[in-house]
Amino acid sequence: MTVDLSTNYLGLQLANPIVPSASPLTGNIDTLLELAEAGASAVVLPSLFEEQIVHDALAVADLADFGADLSPEFFGGQLPEMDSYNTGSEAYLRTLVRAKEELSIPVIGSLNGDSPGGWVSYGRKIEEAGADALELNIYIVAADMDRTGAEVVDDYLRLVEQMRGTISIPLAVKVGPFFSSMANMARRLVDAGADGLVLFNRFYQPDIDLDALDVTPNLVLSTPFAMRLPLTWIGILYGRLDVSLAATSGVHSAEDVVKLVLAGADVTMSASALLRHGPAHLGVMLQGLEDWLTERDYVSVEQAKGSLSQQSSPDPTAFERANYMRSLVTYASSRS
Amino acid sequence: MPVLGHHPRRMSIHTTPRIVVDGNEAAAKVAFALSEVMAIYPITPASPMGELADAWAQANQTNLWGSVPDVIEMQSEAGAAGALHGALQAGALGATFTASQGLLLMIPNMYKIAGELTPTVIHVAARTVATHALSIFCDHGDVMAARQTGTAMLCANSVQEAHDMALVAHAATLRSRVPFVHFFDGFRTSHEVATIEPIDHHTMRQFIDDDLIAAHRLRSLDPNRPALRGTAQNPDVFFQAREAAEPYYAATPGIVAAVLDQLAEATGRRYELFDYRGASDAERVIVVMGSATGTVTEAVDRMVAAGEKVGVLGVRLFRPFSLEHFAAALPDTVTSIAVLDRTKEPGAVGDPLYLDVAAALREVGRSDTEVIGVRYGLSSKEFTPVMAERIFAELAAPVPRRHSTIGIVDDVSGSSLDVTGAWKEPDSIVRAIFYGLGSDGTVGANKNSVKIIGTNTDRYVQGYFVYDSKKSGAMTVSHLRFGPDEIRSAYLIDEADFVACHQFGFLEKLDMLQHAAHGATFLLNSPYGPDDVWDRLPAETQRHIIDKSIDFYVVDGHRIAAEAGLKGRINTVLQTCFFGLSGVLPREEAIDAIKSAIAKAYGKLGDVVLERNYAAVDGALAGLRQVTVPAAVTSATSIRPPVPAHVPDFVERVTGVLLAGEGDRLPVSAFPVDGTFPTATSMFEKRSIAQEIPIWDPEICIDCARCALVCPHAAIRMKVYDPSIVEDAPDGFLTKAWKGKDFDGMNVTIQVAPDDCTGCAVCVDVCPAKSKEVVKHKAINMQPKDDHLAVERASFDYFLEIPEYDRRLINIGNVKGSQALQPLFEFSGACSGCGETPYVKLMSQLFGDRTIIANATGCSSIYGGNLPTTPYAVDASGRGPAWSNSLFEDNAEFGFGMRLALDQKTETALQLVADLSPQLGALADELMAADQADEAGIAKQRDRVEQLETTLAGIDDPKARRLETLADALVKTDVWIVGGDGWAYDIGFGGLDHVLASGRNLNILVLDTEVYSNTGGQASKATPRAAVAKFAAGGKPTSKKDLGMIAQAYGDVYVAQVAMGANMTQVVKAFTEAEAYPGVSLIIAFSPCIAHGIDMATQMQHQKAAAESGYWPLYRYDPSAVTEGKPALHLDSRKPKITFKEFAATEARFAMLARSNPEHAEELLAQAQQDIDNRWHLYEQMVHVERSAVYAEVEE
Repeated sequence: MTVDLSTNYLGLQLANPIVPSASPLTGNIDTLLELAEAGASAVVLPSLFEEQIVHDALAVADLADFGADLSPEFFGGQLPEMDSYNTGSEAYLRTLVRAKEELSIPVIGSLNGDSPGGWVSYGRKIEEAGADALELNIYIVAADMDRTGAEVVDDYLRLVEQMRGTISIPLAVKVGPFFSSMANMARRLVDAGADGLVLFNRFYQPDIDLDALDVTPNLVLSTPFAMRLPLTWIGILYGRLDVSLAATSGVHSAEDVVKLVLAGADVTMSASALLRHGPAHLGVMLQGLEDWLTERDYVSVEQAKGSLSQQSSPDPTAFERANYMRSLVTYASSRS
Repeated sequence: MPVLGHHPRRMSIHTTPRIVVDGNEAAAKVAFALSEVMAIYPITPASPMGELADAWAQANQTNLWGSVPDVIEMQSEAGAAGALHGALQAGALGATFTASQGLLLMIPNMYKIAGELTPTVIHVAARTVATHALSIFCDHGDVMAARQTGTAMLCANSVQEAHDMALVAHAATLRSRVPFVHFFDGFRTSHEVATIEPIDHHTMRQFIDDDLIAAHRLRSLDPNRPALRGTAQNPDVFFQAREAAEPYYAATPGIVAAVLDQLAEATGRRYELFDYRGASDAERVIVVMGSATGTVTEAVDRMVAAGEKVGVLGVRLFRPFSLEHFAAALPDTVTSIAVLDRTKEPGAVGDPLYLDVAAALREVGRSDTEVIGVRYGLSSKEFTPVMAERIFAELAAPVPRRHSTIGIVDDVSGSSLDVTGAWKEPDSIVRAIFYGLGSDGTVGANKNSVKIIGTNTDRYVQGYFVYDSKKSGAMTVSHLRFGPDEIRSAYLIDEADFVACHQFGFLEKLDMLQHAAHGATFLLNSPYGPDDVWDRLPAETQRHIIDKSIDFYVVDGHRIAAEAGLKGRINTVLQTCFFGLSGVLPREEAIDAIKSAIAKAYGKLGDVVLERNYAAVDGALAGLRQVTVPAAVTSATSIRPPVPAHVPDFVERVTGVLLAGEGDRLPVSAFPVDGTFPTATSMFEKRSIAQEIPIWDPEICIDCARCALVCPHAAIRMKVYDPSIVEDAPDGFLTKAWKGKDFDGMNVTIQVAPDDCTGCAVCVDVCPAKSKEVVKHKAINMQPKDDHLAVERASFDYFLEIPEYDRRLINIGNVKGSQALQPLFEFSGACSGCGETPYVKLMSQLFGDRTIIANATGCSSIYGGNLPTTPYAVDASGRGPAWSNSLFEDNAEFGFGMRLALDQKTETALQLVADLSPQLGALADELMAADQADEAGIAKQRDRVEQLETTLAGIDDPKARRLETLADALVKTDVWIVGGDGWAYDIGFGGLDHVLASGRNLNILVLDTEVYSNTGGQASKATPRAAVAKFAAGGKPTSKKDLGMIAQAYGDVYVAQVAMGANMTQVVKAFTEAEAYPGVSLIIAFSPCIAHGIDMATQMQHQKAAAESGYWPLYRYDPSAVTEGKPALHLDSRKPKITFKEFAATEARFAMLARSNPEHAEELLAQAQQDIDNRWHLYEQMVHVERSAVYAEVEE
């Protein structure tokens, strides 16, 4: 008997719980096809990044008439006028439409916005382009000392509410873990209209170049250890909220997928491992998942899902603060 | 009083919606529709016609026959004419666009094309031909220099006519077989934005007979029916054969008249070969051609209305000159005629049109008509209706002056007619003047406003734009008129109903409201609100506001733009305020119109840009405030004098007046007779345009001198001196001990010239010294100028007084040494952060005291020699670069000629020294054997020459007298041939190649910006593959020419490819080696340009990346190395370590294509990478190539 790998995420029936998350691999039709071929059950396109769009549009606008009137000998700007500048969401939406045409699996659009107007209009455009769902990627670096945590939280919730009021496709919200009360935050996000929570996003963080004495923000690929944080919170949240849960960060191997499913993830999202090993690695992970479930006589992913969540775990405290102490004790005892 | 004449709008039978375009676009629209091949070359002010045609072709727009014309950029106008000639011979319908020197370069082919009776049209934006000086502005010098070639010449007097006559020319050339020059006034018409009624393709089609096209094709060269053209003929037949074409010329006026009839029928616009307007019984008539016709017409209309018997005859078909039509157009009652010529033919009986009219009157039997010639409008000199009235007055004089000038004061030959009084324009015309910066979008916004009003109302509109001569901090003045009838006023606004100042800083520089009418509205972009602004105005402005009862409004455009998310883009805000105040459109309607114009202009750029501009529109009116004007002038400040006190006489008398913007009032006697001007004048032009200036922190400085080396404006200086010298330094003057061995025991100061700095920040970008405590703090840092101005002004003045370090003691072959030398090129008006000028400045430091520069036309000739001032300076002994510009195409030859002269003079001088050696004794031997290889050697020889001059004074021998005039030639003099890539790679390449092959001691500096920078960024053969440029909007599909390799092929040419930002030491080394090399030296210098679409502050980083990617490999090819058994080529670059794509992504010229057409960009980028790999591979092999010595020590 073959094990049923299917899972439900955001109301979408997926063939298995392995979904490539937003990365350069999902921004290109060729690699999207390779991912689908390897068994991806859905794909999340790279984020339509509002800040980037705004930056590009303004930069192009500046360039369009750059140096135009510096001399009577100049006619128009320094550079010739182009047919189009692709400054808006057009290129992104074209990729989305193309992905929908070429792929038979659900395509999830992703949006990283920073203004209410931008959220609304781009969310609508992604829906109109045919996305099966939208993943809202929110990350606010709360560096403003005059703003309280509550105010920042309100910003998150307002953005989710606005988007929920704008689109009718399923809405997933991807956030980071840095809330005073993650559990409460999760519930409020769901109350604000999130159909799914994607835990957790990772962003550029500064590094220092010792030669140039310069600060260089960049994103490094995740390590497998990074999956512990989503595992913790998915385990805690599973069964307590009517919401889909997606685990992202550090999903590198079949074992990672299994663990996250056991903790309660509806889907697991991988990017770094696929970037490192290539799209075909998804097939390896998928096979590993199937093998693990088969070897242990699970009939389906649904059967395993959440079986080691906080609610179902023999030791619920393992997910909470005590866990930290326990593990130290365990570690100490193992050395002795 | 009956009025005769034709008003173009009289018969309004056509319903085509009106459009607002400039003259170039009006003409190009027709040319594009009616051509198959267009061979072009950029030249101001005709370039936009070619650029538009190219853009339309790129966008796959089609001609009348549904095909996309082939628009091809050639290497010169001569090349364009040759290609056109060929295309016509092979049966295509062809056209081209040009002006000035460009038309002159076409002349040989024009004779041929006309001699072969080949239909074509050359559209000309008439421009001054360079004589004592270059001028980009308008007169008829160019078309008059082509009037003898056998082309027909049809003149358009307005933007509408540039459209209409373009069609007439294309139609008539096919019917007559005579090629046409269709011309209109450069800038005045070519760049004037005005309302026109366009002719649609369907209508155009009616003018073009397919049979005539077929006949043209049948006449083409075709091996199926072979024929021979371009024979060589001999005395037996040439003359007769030349006369054989005459019937075609005889028929042409009739053909043109017929086409004009057809045009009248099709459009309602009636023109004649000679357009007469005025009293039917006129006694006095002005004959004129070009835009001035409209101006004269205004005067005529008013005079006729006042009962005067005057008229104007506008010449439309100048060649062939139809006596019949001329006679028919001129009322029989005319007794005296003034012929206006917009050109000067020195030494002629009269200027060309005068001579034609005088001869024509004789031929039509009206010899008794008095004819006078009046020259006007050279180089766009203003010509106004008052001047026309003055000319009519002259005609009424008992004995009118036969030849005169108008618009100037000629106190030398006394030619000028004095003009007094002002012209009052009708109240029905709304007149507005806007003062803006070149970089603040004022001109663009005004063009936009003109279009809004021209297309949303039934008003006629006119926009004309005046620029100053600088590319950094350049002021623009926009003159806008709106009225119920077609506007033919081809002159600047003298009294404006609306004046807007878009830059608060202008108030202290010019008399802002001098042209404001009584009761005018004044809009000021001001950081100060309605309650604070008054006291910040200079007294002159306050006085105008009070005396003229001006309504005064302020708006903080910078704040509103920033709040809308459009930092620095004030144009939308100010434009909206104009509409809000001027009332030319109801407010709501105006707002809607502005927004829809924004949508049209910025639609392609995305919603963000649209939304932010809309926000700026909404914020503008909300932020507009009226100022309550006090009853009295309160300001203690006045407009700054243009030059400081105590300047040289010429600077005070002439330069200062030019700087004040009042050059028009200088009389002829103020000027040198031959175009020779003093150098060292930019120092008097304290423009003070920077907001932030670099401030030095000696604590951190490591004396690397990079800031001084890279400064494009010589506004960051380094001076090394004995510490004792600055003991009396003023407070705030900074100094420090020199750290290294180069100037052991000395002190050094890095000093900013605060009023000359343009704030480009290139110096700060390259500064390698960072604070240990706060890394962003460097040894120099951009800081608000106002906080430092007083101290830095005093410090700079003091700095200039510190004696220069003795050149003889400096190792000039490295960066530090080179920067201890005085720059003899300073404070140019080049773009802020220019990539070219650091090289020119370096050359001036190293060799300026002994250099003659031959400068090709282009950016370097404009920032080098555009009045009012020149950046070329002199040292304490009065020595400095002597500079001249000949043409664009001949610069290598020009410099070569200088070398020949210098060598000849040196040789003669040496011979004379030898001949006089008995009297001169040991001095003669020393002079002849002098080693001038270094600074000390040159200094010694200068001493000897001084001694020689003293000695010669006591020798009574004619040879001594001759030697006195040649003695300076005994001191080494360099010739530097300087120009851009347009010159070196394209138009001047033939000459450059010849000079490269000459073996003479010449230094050639190619400032390679990889585009025609001065004309606005058209592609040259130096443009790299994958870059977009004008004429290469789809990305240049071919690779850049490897000029350095071509030069190396000669074997005896020193060649260096340099990029200052990539390797500063190599640059200095290359310059010193090139100068020392006794043959031809060529330095190809990578010069970032605003046309690359980069932040110029970071230009040195771009140079570094260019070298690191292998895009711009650094090398020196030294033929003299061969004699030491070494390979000549030395690569100064390491193997590429970043990809071309990484470099390209940082420059908009490449990145734009990736945005617009990603697939194509990807393809071109891959090919460009292959170019790089391939070239690097070749160079690596070349490094090991051993050559036998083609190089021979050239005798010095």
